[in-house]
Amino acid sequence: MHELALSQGIVDVVCRQAETGGACRVLRVRIAIGALSSVAPNAIEFCFDAVSRGTLAEGARLEIDRPPGRAHCLSCETVVTIAGRECPCPLCGEHRWVLVGGDDLRVLELEVA
Amino acid sequence: MCGVCGCSGIPVDGTGEETAPPRHGHHHEGDQGHEHEHVGPDGTVHRHRHGGGGGGGGPGHDHHHAVTHPHSDHHHDHHHDHHRGEGPATRLLRVEQDILAKNNAYAATNRALFAAAGVFSVNLMSSPGAGKTTLLVRTLTDLKDRFPAAVIEGDQQTSMDADRIRATGTPAVQVNTGTGCHLDALMVTRAVGRLGLAVESVLFIENVGNLVCPAGFDLGQTRRVVVLSTTEGEDKPLKYPNMIAAADLLVVNKIDLLPHLTFDVGRLVDYARRIKPGLEVVELSASTGVGLDRWYQWLETGIAAARSGRDTGDR
Repeated sequence: MHELALSQGIVDVVCRQAETGGACRVLRVRIAIGALSSVAPNAIEFCFDAVSRGTLAEGARLEIDRPPGRAHCLSCETVVTIAGRECPCPLCGEHRWVLVGGDDLRVLELEVA
Repeated sequence: MCGVCGCSGIPVDGTGEETAPPRHGHHHEGDQGHEHEHVGPDGTVHRHRHGGGGGGGGPGHDHHHAVTHPHSDHHHDHHHDHHRGEGPATRLLRVEQDILAKNNAYAATNRALFAAAGVFSVNLMSSPGAGKTTLLVRTLTDLKDRFPAAVIEGDQQTSMDADRIRATGTPAVQVNTGTGCHLDALMVTRAVGRLGLAVESVLFIENVGNLVCPAGFDLGQTRRVVVLSTTEGEDKPLKYPNMIAAADLLVVNKIDLLPHLTFDVGRLVDYARRIKPGLEVVELSASTGVGLDRWYQWLETGIAAARSGRDTGDR
């Protein structure tokens, strides 16, 4: 169910930006859902259609980027790509890393008319 | 904006301010169509031709590139209306805004309220049945003379948990999330408004029993505590890594049951520290009281830090 709350957040951001930009209608919305965020993209798609009804964003096409998890390994002192929070550093095999990207949820851009 | 082809495509950033349009040369050729040129940010020249909107054959669109490159390899850095006269131009609005921005703004408000009053606030999270309420009831009963406390209880339905807390003499507010699976920062802001904040007190925020969604919503708490119990699997940290990654303290509850179980606490802790290196762990039983002294010690340390104003939150 938290995808419903997040979809409401997406529609809020989209409509506010569209209004600020003087748009009549939103045609396309591009968002980023980090691969290591606890958010299911298909659930967001499902909820977005429902939540956007009756707003400027109704009928807009939703495009979802999936930036991969990026971690700073404390042993290797380098930034590596991580497939999951349970995964070791692919270089040294240790679990001593700090996530630096790929857990984000952002609205990137809108195409409006 | 070009009144003929509508190709100004002026991008607007998150502040709503217009940014400079791309360099853009035109050759309009009356009603029959026009040719124009774009210069990309990398200096790539891109020239193409549009057929006239009323030409009968639909809008034609020929391209000439000054630099040879396959079409599939690039994205044109411009947007324009190819259907002149049939609708308004479309534009790109660049946003780059966090979807949780609204929640985070309320979380920041809560954090400032807690810091100003020297309140130590603990966001208590677990799966249903791990013993959050039992741990709170025991804690409030044992420590009620040591510090003022209040509780925000989050559940989808009922006020049973708040009733249990109030029976200890501690003020409590029940927040029913309805269909919601987590508390959000605004719910906490409102609950704090109802409760009031005693100066230099402890505020326990018992989240909805759920190891997934509450991890994603910052409440403005000073610390996040995750409770796992020995009747759950040792592999819970690997199954719900976002929750462990968010934790400042892991409480392993129901250790009095260990003689009857095959549960391996060492393995649980190992899995949790794979997700979060150095994570602090306290093993206890809220029913028998064994191990509670370390939990109380952890609370006292947090309370002292919040009171001295040294600790204003975990983010």
